[in-house]
Amino acid sequence: MSTREWLLTEQPGSRRQARMGQTYRTWLAFRRNRLAMVGLGIVLALVLVALLAPWLAPQDPIVGGSLRTERLLAPSWQHPMGTDDQARDILSRIIHGSRITLLVVALVAVIATPIGLLVGTTAGYYGGWVDTVLMRITDIFLAFPRLILALAFVAALGPGIENAIIAIAITSWPPYARLARAETLTIRTADHIDAIRLQGAHSARIIWGHVVPLCLSSVIVRVTLDMAGIILTAAGLGFLGLGAQPPQPEWGAMIAGGRRFILDHWWVATMPGLAIFVVSLGFNFLGDGLRDVLDPKAHK
Amino acid sequence: MTDTASGEGRHGALPALLWKIIKIFASVALTFLGLLLVTFLIGRVVPVDPVLAVVGDRASQSVYDRVFIELGLDKPLYEQFWIYLQKILSGDLGTSFLTKKPIVEDIARVFPATLELATVAIIIGTAFGIPLGVLAAVRQGKLSDQIVRVVGLIGYSAPIFWLGLLGLLIFYARLHWVAGPGRIDISYEYAITPRTGLMLWDSAMQGQWDAFRNALSHIILPAALLGYYSLAYISRMTRSFMLAELAQEYIITARVKGVAEWRIIWVHALRNAAVPLVTVIALSYAGLLEGSVLTETVFAWPGLGQYLTNSLQNADMNAVLGGTLVIGAIFVGLNLLSDLLYTLLDPRVRRR
Repeated sequence: MSTREWLLTEQPGSRRQARMGQTYRTWLAFRRNRLAMVGLGIVLALVLVALLAPWLAPQDPIVGGSLRTERLLAPSWQHPMGTDDQARDILSRIIHGSRITLLVVALVAVIATPIGLLVGTTAGYYGGWVDTVLMRITDIFLAFPRLILALAFVAALGPGIENAIIAIAITSWPPYARLARAETLTIRTADHIDAIRLQGAHSARIIWGHVVPLCLSSVIVRVTLDMAGIILTAAGLGFLGLGAQPPQPEWGAMIAGGRRFILDHWWVATMPGLAIFVVSLGFNFLGDGLRDVLDPKAHK
Repeated sequence: MTDTASGEGRHGALPALLWKIIKIFASVALTFLGLLLVTFLIGRVVPVDPVLAVVGDRASQSVYDRVFIELGLDKPLYEQFWIYLQKILSGDLGTSFLTKKPIVEDIARVFPATLELATVAIIIGTAFGIPLGVLAAVRQGKLSDQIVRVVGLIGYSAPIFWLGLLGLLIFYARLHWVAGPGRIDISYEYAITPRTGLMLWDSAMQGQWDAFRNALSHIILPAALLGYYSLAYISRMTRSFMLAELAQEYIITARVKGVAEWRIIWVHALRNAAVPLVTVIALSYAGLLEGSVLTETVFAWPGLGQYLTNSLQNADMNAVLGGTLVIGAIFVGLNLLSDLLYTLLDPRVRRR
């Protein structure tokens, strides 16, 4: 019996086999979506490039070459994306910048997802005034456009990549809380939750141990769909000079740096923008594909 | 704001519709209070010492102490919030350190520019987004559906400030199809008397057609870019609403009766999809405020977004928080409007 048959069998012999079979079927459905596969490829490439940046980058991202002869060179074999006004190789900067982008995305996801899950499941599970208060707070955060609120937070905390990440995380959790609450409302009346409660489990244990895992998949899809937005917000903050500070090779800040030369030296601002565009497109394709596979309700 | 759908008809004394509207307003008032609390708290965590910002760092201790008390910083936090609340509700957002003018005055001056940009953008976004969404729904799964989907995803993925720079490079510097940054050429700037502050409107009303054409060629690129972003959202939502409508039984009935296919799509189905679409358009109009911050920076457009970023770069915290509050209030207002429109337009919501 081949692995494939073992996975796709209709009578799984163990719980593990059933679960792996389910995962494999999801993967098969996902694989059929060409755009989603392109997205997955882009995201994997981003992770690889970020991990291997020091080995992949042909030159130093911070220290440039000779200011007299190597400034603002057009793309060539030696500098595939040209050089900037500090005579730095733009390709090397973009490769190193992928680390910052990945860091932002990962940290925002790690900070915002648990907050959203906790607020949403608590509100949905307890209901009543807890629900009202928590959802009212969520609505207040949703009432600001995201970039504007992040701007105000960074203005208060001071510019810098850490503060930009905190600000984006603070503005990211409300939709997750909404979603987790909606899911919890349907889960909390399920029989198995009643059974656990009758066994005397504590509410906190029920929420973390039994409600959160069931909300997780739809929240993860939502977070993936949001990642492109997170990248764009971070790049926007960088462009306004509020994110990563120079000489860090943050893509948005690189565009801002190339803005002055856009008419004569187009590549300085264009190349980092292309990187942002490709990566967010990848996350959008991936999120779209994941939603189609994991969320049958949205499958139309 | 979505929880307004729940309280059905329990309150016999008041008609359900009126009760629903009261609930919507109450929830908006609460949200607005929350907005004020958030901006107030952000203002309090700023590392910039508000006293130093007023007196400068060479002031003597006695001057410093006097201003400290004048600004009310010696009072407890809740009392400070109460004073802040009273000031805001009487229309006082404080004074800008940068322009030395009341912030309300500053915002009233720059707001028409943003309003004009966002309005032209939403017209472009709606005019292209709805037909594209309908097309994608009708040809679901076919190539044109895929193309519309990808066009939308590109809109979700490209940084707007980058597209703006590329647009300036290509359409302004290379092809000379449009005018460059700014709202209007300097030579026309004093030809029109500002009445509403909306350049296109003012110049058209005063019959200054040269100025009108010039202003149009300035606005078209940033507005088209902003419009593209709302197009992405509007076309996606139109598609899903249309798919829901086209699966309804009345469509089958219409087909059986022999109604022409274009009539079924554009009249029967679209009319029913229009109700939720109004909400979507109102929300994307609000979303344009966000996009305008970056777009205005790139296009040197003297609107609210540029005012906000300028104040940010000069650590003018009063102006930043004032601008944030105004944008938040507009956002809440448009949400309110879309809720009300939805309640009034959809007979099913009304009857519940």
